[in-house]
Amino acid sequence: MSDQKPRRPVPKPTPETQHFWDGCKNGELILQRCKDTGKAYFPPRPFSPFTGSRNVETFKASGKGILYSYVINHRAPPNFILEPPFAIAVVELQEGPRMMTNIIDCEQTPEALELDMPVEIAFEHLTDDISLPVFRPSQR
Amino acid sequence: MKPGSVAVVGAAETTEMGKLPHVSNIMLHADAALNAMEDAGLKPSDIDGVATAREVPTEIAHYLGIEPRWVDGTSVGGCSFMVHVRHAVAALEAGLANNILITHGESGRSQVGMTPRAIGPGMLEGQFQLPYGVMNPPTMFTIPVLRYLKTYNIPIEKLANVAVVQREYAAMHPRAYMRDPITVDDVLNARMIAYPFTLLMCCLVTDGGGALILSRADRAKDMKQKPVYVMGVGEGAETTMISQMKDFTSSQAFRISGAEAFRTSGIKHSDVDHLMIYDAFAHLPLYGLEDLGFCNRGEAADFIWERNTAPGGKLPLNTNGGGLSYMHSGMYGMYALQESVRQMRGVSPAQVDGAEISFCHGVGGMFAASGSVVFSNVAP
Repeated sequence: MSDQKPRRPVPKPTPETQHFWDGCKNGELILQRCKDTGKAYFPPRPFSPFTGSRNVETFKASGKGILYSYVINHRAPPNFILEPPFAIAVVELQEGPRMMTNIIDCEQTPEALELDMPVEIAFEHLTDDISLPVFRPSQR
Repeated sequence: MKPGSVAVVGAAETTEMGKLPHVSNIMLHADAALNAMEDAGLKPSDIDGVATAREVPTEIAHYLGIEPRWVDGTSVGGCSFMVHVRHAVAALEAGLANNILITHGESGRSQVGMTPRAIGPGMLEGQFQLPYGVMNPPTMFTIPVLRYLKTYNIPIEKLANVAVVQREYAAMHPRAYMRDPITVDDVLNARMIAYPFTLLMCCLVTDGGGALILSRADRAKDMKQKPVYVMGVGEGAETTMISQMKDFTSSQAFRISGAEAFRTSGIKHSDVDHLMIYDAFAHLPLYGLEDLGFCNRGEAADFIWERNTAPGGKLPLNTNGGGLSYMHSGMYGMYALQESVRQMRGVSPAQVDGAEISFCHGVGGMFAASGSVVFSNVAP
């Protein structure tokens, strides 16, 4: 499996995002929180975007959210794992932050991709070091 | 700034626009600059300030034989030229330069001699957006729109209609790339690019350029053209990652930039005779009308549907046809500025009779940045 070339652009962690990708590798969504305001934020950085304070902590997020918005791309990116049409989506996490993602285990149609539907995280193995967070409709 | 302290004394687009495989990127800058200098009655030796985006101003200045004492390479996307105007006003008022040239050229379609742009895998976009199959603006700039449409319960037909109305203006412009009339059905039945956006809701991809020359108003009155005064300016920024835009129904950059342009000019919304809102995609005029305060939130689509912005309407908008129909080389802001200047000179093929104030609003990146300029043909 590892000798297969991943068919997605592979993220390259930086010192400030390494903990996030380590979490993904372990099947966990790790977010950060500003300890002064109690508010969670994304993408990772070692200070609060709300106050500029370095008084922050990491925590394991629920991995649950809602489908916030999306487009259904009809053109094929070069050497990409998903065949068009596929949705490029933004989910809003229960903890507040939003992130870009793909929605798996779901028809890629406007009818199936209903705004505000609950979604939950899954991880797609790309390399030995990188697993990519994606989302699927929540099991009710 | 002092309203009217600075004026546009030269303005021009490239000699040709459209598909230009016989002209390189840098020559599009130069061609527009030469045309603007001719328009202003100035020579390269008269220019002492140069601003451009994406390319560095140093390269453009040297290519043109200009020896600048002021340069500005602010590059925040297609609104960079509005931002350059703002920075040029400050520089001219401070006496840092006398005649500032702002150039744009882009071989957007033919890609002749273009500087490559790449997102590295360690950049935030590379880590948190690129892996999901985003390719270019149609797959990113469009992402907030379903949320906007749902929030305000707006049918897709009213988004499509933005392109229909603008095509009416393009039909009046001999230099517009797409001039044939279209209907809402034509727009909705066009090839799907990124649902809900069809091809006709996305901007063109063409080659071309444009340039402006700005001088202090006291010098401008003795120059070749009737001055077009800069009455107010604004700029704003939010995020280069569309997924991190705070409010998917409203642009922070638009709100900050627009409010600053109104504040510095001292004008009211009812003073605006002519409006340009950079339309890389059909939703931008909706966000622009609302974030600039011309419409209440959620009401812009009806405002356009009711033909308020159409030819003969009370607020003519994107009177060159916009990026959807006139031209879009990649950084369209320069062409919006050119149409505002034409309107203030009274020479637009879609001239708004008696227009005295034009508001020109640009977007950079995908809601990443913004710049706004208020022009007038009446000396303050």
